Amino acid sequence: MNAPAKATDFKSDYKPVWCPGCGDYSVLAAMTKALAMLELRPENVAVVSGIGCSSRIPAYTTCYGFHGVHGRALPAATGLKVARPELTVLVASGDGDGYSIGGNHFLHACRRNVDLTYIVMDNHVYGMTKGQPSPTTEPDWCSKLAPGGTGLREFHPLVIALASGANFIARAFSGDPNGCAALIAEAVRHPGFSFIEVLSPCVTFRPEQRAWKEKAHPAPVEYTDDPGRAARRLMTDDGFNIGVLYKGSRPVYAAAPAGGRPVVELEQAFRL
Amino acid sequence: MKQYADFMARAYTLELEATERYAQFAEQLETHNNREVAQLFRKLAEIEKLHAKRILDEMKWPSMPALPPAFAWDGAEGPETAPFDALHYLMQPWHALEIALRCELDAQKYFRQIADSSAPQKVRDAAREMAAEEAEHVRLIREWMARVPRPEAGWDEDPDPPRTNE
Repeated sequence: MNAPAKATDFKSDYKPVWCPGCGDYSVLAAMTKALAMLELRPENVAVVSGIGCSSRIPAYTTCYGFHGVHGRALPAATGLKVARPELTVLVASGDGDGYSIGGNHFLHACRRNVDLTYIVMDNHVYGMTKGQPSPTTEPDWCSKLAPGGTGLREFHPLVIALASGANFIARAFSGDPNGCAALIAEAVRHPGFSFIEVLSPCVTFRPEQRAWKEKAHPAPVEYTDDPGRAARRLMTDDGFNIGVLYKGSRPVYAAAPAGGRPVVELEQAFRL
Repeated sequence: MKQYADFMARAYTLELEATERYAQFAEQLETHNNREVAQLFRKLAEIEKLHAKRILDEMKWPSMPALPPAFAWDGAEGPETAPFDALHYLMQPWHALEIALRCELDAQKYFRQIADSSAPQKVRDAAREMAAEEAEHVRLIREWMARVPRPEAGWDEDPDPPRTNE
């Protein structure tokens, strides 16, 4: 029997190359703390990502890792979890990778409700490619790449997740790594598709997000298991309520048990 | 905060969180080739680690005790933990010491509040002692700051910045 792993056991020797002060450092720390809290071992965990600053995370952990194609972290993670249900599968993404390029996969991962924990580090900007507006960027955010702002309303990931069937919805803040770790651990424990939006400031392209420290606050009410009530709360949310916001109880998708119908029988069923 | 052991566990966590953050800062600045400040943060991490170890030794704890629950602090993190976003890739030793000074002052205030509270006598005595230690650290950091050059205006100007997006 192996000794329980410490948070540091989940950290690889690769040093993160994020900008100094980036919120993603704290998310990495929270993730490794959560895995230690859950008494997991690195060989029982897989971290799957797409492309972007946040998606570098698999390299910085000692777990199984897959740094996948842009926006396609969720399909890869879904396949892995269905094939290897004994693994704890965490999926890391950002607001561009997760809500734009991978937006459609997000909807269907929520709908399928496979037992995954989806952690999206949202900084309302494409940081890796030098500051383009992302789906969660405010319509009036003015930059050299979007003079005067895009004028487009923001994507609301938590409402979309609820409407699409996610079984657990929470918001965390990277400025509170202990709270973030506790939320990740709770999300992993909850069966089905768990979605955590982590407000993770980009100090390089959105330095004004340093003010999120003053804005983020614990959600004033306990989570609900009523989707209708959750929808009302999320629609009127100020964007800075931190904590679990919704916990559902939809049945979790699982692959058919091994030794199910023989292939020959399946072929028969598909015969025209 | 009724029990002495609970107080010491919090004091230990406070030092540990400060250690972790300084080590994280050192790593970030090593990656960005600001070695002078990285070394300074490494030194600060070592100092905080010694404080944490001293608490373990004093309490005869073989390892870390059970952590107080999340949101146990007044803020999101311990009073001696530097804000996660306090760094700049061009920062100078003076800036690092300025961060450390703020943390020591916050820790001093935290322990002083407990020393002046209605906690049991043993807890208040220990808190008073720790507040005095933090005051000594404040003095040492101020001395240290006097020995390093104060950054000139425009220290963060970079003719080839990473954030050019035009």
